[in-house]
Amino acid sequence: MKFLRDTLDKVKPNFEKGGKLYFLHSSFDAIETFMFVPNHTTKSGSHIRDGIDLKRTMFFVIIALIPALLFGIYNVGYQHYSNLVTPEAHTFIDCFLFGALKVLPIIAVSYIVGLGIEFAFCQVNGHPVNEGFLVSGMLIPLIVPADIPLWMVAVSTAFAVIIGKEVFGGTGMNILNPALTSRVFLYIAYPVEMAGDIWVSGIKEGLVDASSGATALGELGAGNEYTVSAMDSFIGLIPGSVGETSALMCLIGAAFLIVTGIGSWRIMLSTVLGALGMGLILNMIGGNPYYELPAYQHLIIGGFAFGAVFMATDPVSAAHTTMGKWIYGALIGVLTVLIRVFNPAYPEGIMFAILFMNVMAPLVDNYVVKSNIKRRLSRVKA
Amino acid sequence: MSKVIKIRKGKDISLVGAAEKTVAARTLSSSFAIKPTDFKTLVPKLAVKAGEEVKAGDVLFFDKTNSDIKFTAPVSGEVAEVVRGERRAIQEIRILADSEIQYKSFNIPSSLDKENVKSLLLESGLWTYLVQRPYGVIADPSAEPKAIHISCFDSAPLGVDYNFSLSEDEAAFKQGIEALRVLTTGKVHLNVRANDSNASMFTNVGGVEVTSFSGAHPAGLVGVQIHHIDPINKGDVVWTINPQHVVFIGRLLSSGKVDLTQKVALVGSELSNPQYIQTIVGVNVESLFADNLKGENPRVISGNVLTGSNIGSNGYLGHFDHMISAIPEGNHYEFMGWLFPSYARPTVSNSLPISKFLKKTFVANTNPHGEERAFVMTGQYEKVLPMDVMPVQLLKSILAEDLEAMENLGIYEVIEEDLALCEFVCTSKIDVQKILKGGLELMALES
Repeated sequence: MKFLRDTLDKVKPNFEKGGKLYFLHSSFDAIETFMFVPNHTTKSGSHIRDGIDLKRTMFFVIIALIPALLFGIYNVGYQHYSNLVTPEAHTFIDCFLFGALKVLPIIAVSYIVGLGIEFAFCQVNGHPVNEGFLVSGMLIPLIVPADIPLWMVAVSTAFAVIIGKEVFGGTGMNILNPALTSRVFLYIAYPVEMAGDIWVSGIKEGLVDASSGATALGELGAGNEYTVSAMDSFIGLIPGSVGETSALMCLIGAAFLIVTGIGSWRIMLSTVLGALGMGLILNMIGGNPYYELPAYQHLIIGGFAFGAVFMATDPVSAAHTTMGKWIYGALIGVLTVLIRVFNPAYPEGIMFAILFMNVMAPLVDNYVVKSNIKRRLSRVKA
Repeated sequence: MSKVIKIRKGKDISLVGAAEKTVAARTLSSSFAIKPTDFKTLVPKLAVKAGEEVKAGDVLFFDKTNSDIKFTAPVSGEVAEVVRGERRAIQEIRILADSEIQYKSFNIPSSLDKENVKSLLLESGLWTYLVQRPYGVIADPSAEPKAIHISCFDSAPLGVDYNFSLSEDEAAFKQGIEALRVLTTGKVHLNVRANDSNASMFTNVGGVEVTSFSGAHPAGLVGVQIHHIDPINKGDVVWTINPQHVVFIGRLLSSGKVDLTQKVALVGSELSNPQYIQTIVGVNVESLFADNLKGENPRVISGNVLTGSNIGSNGYLGHFDHMISAIPEGNHYEFMGWLFPSYARPTVSNSLPISKFLKKTFVANTNPHGEERAFVMTGQYEKVLPMDVMPVQLLKSILAEDLEAMENLGIYEVIEEDLALCEFVCTSKIDVQKILKGGLELMALES
């Protein structure tokens, strides 16, 4: 540690103003502050500050994603082996290794492309590198199919970082959740590649049985009965994007985020309540298999759980006010179910629901703030 | 029994180095200073020159925009130096004190009415202890306050125990309250801590409204108390004053002298013997410490660690302050400290379980534990601000210099100290008090 510090101190002057590597100062700063909390002291205001910072906050979100990530890696292998056209014996390790070979490159591409762009922007603008992309870079691999070509990961990540975030001024200023921006970009720009039987790794190469690649939402969208057992979709051993199939793993992540106080329990809870409520209303109407899908199953199929826990709660793109969070979450839940049921062409309702509510969140906040102002003014009359 | 208002939001920050309830022998310091920088928006105009002799109570300078507001010497002696900063702004007026203080004597009116109390306080310089809400500036003598609020307990980290520090001044406190009562047509509010059996000197005062508050800091902040008793709306003027300063007024009324003797709490982990010490407003703090200050690199703060000002180990006690906090500087690197904190630190975050749940009192240093970032984490400020004010939206309106929004979102109700905990908890390490100060100054200038 001492050696590391000494080394950093030795090279630091090169990156300071006047040094020959000054143009790389943001990158140096990012690396230095990653390894060492700086020796700055408070200059104005409160002399002491809380131990939490953005690095820790973001890192805790990544910890919360690990269960979903590990399970996702396993599930990619499991789906592949269990649907092979010519069955092969496979062990837990086989599944995991197969999944890792598929998923790790996606993660690597997402981080390299995203952080590369982020660093470049910070460098040009003279900003410190913000920690936001540490989370986005992990979210993106978890919401794409395992067989996605890596160049698509790169293009969509670049799109998300540049158009979703940097044009607005970087982390903290963006309107849309960057990870979902990348996903919706894929969905709209490459509709052929992002639809149909893609959800089990190996279909394209003809290694696995194509008929097994449909997801529950796909089946329902096609007007068929829902065939996956509730337990399977809760555990997550079903076809789907890498990290979003298991509601259980999302629940573990949610528990971690709520206990540590990093994620908003209000948004998670209200999203679930919104979806349940809308699901129950549709149950009462009835008519086709989708209407009649038990409301609770909306919570465990598709990316609902993942979206509610990790996407909707992004503090930057969500509503900022306490009351606003309740409204924002509830509407995400309601809209997710509505999109799923009324527009089966878009099986994944939660993505559009969250993005739509990201756009609407400032409006929701605006009304909450207005009501506060009104309450404040009404004191005078009272 | 008085009403009890429960403050449910906030956070008590418990630090090492609370003052023992003993009073150290008075150490005579010969150097004193009055700092115009202690007053927001003040433009001082000097009334003395370096080398002149003054008595305690003689005018040193006055407010350029309202020459009725005078600032007087806390001790007698020779005006040693006028320290100027950038653009020749006056920073300090230093006085070399006599060994025996000579007091200017003021004529005390036989009966108290509004006009003679006002002019006595203005002449003696004690008016400057009356703080006006909105903005937290010196009270405007021509304004009609709807009430005067006095917080009789300090909930800030290592805060002063007024029950102890003012225990010998009960009579003076009562007399001071009498004077304040004639200044307002509204009520004088004494706000005490709920179930505090030692607060009888405050609860026994007649002719005032006593309200009890329970809960964590900022329950002791007068701004929070006003919000819960009778919030400030547009056009309202409320005055606040600290109980120590009420005692100064009482002493003036009984003796005709400006006697600014007070017990100052020396607190913090960098003191070997945290305790009270008897001294005078504006004292040079170096002499107070003697060999009490330990540690290689202490930060000496006039006031508490949330709102005080860094005065250095050779600075002067602030006009409004009666505590000096000494905590270690945090100017050292911490390897992977954001992930694996190497020592416990105060926090409200459950993500630091050891600091949050296992450790009770802390040696807190001045490291911000992270770099400043764009605002990301929502809902944090609201948890430590027990007011119906939306702090984030208010701060954004200040940054946008949107006066109407600032007014609508409650800038009249808060001053810097009210949002100090928001600054403490901020994940993005945003300088909340600095932003708010800018907004208050802007509003004060516009009004």
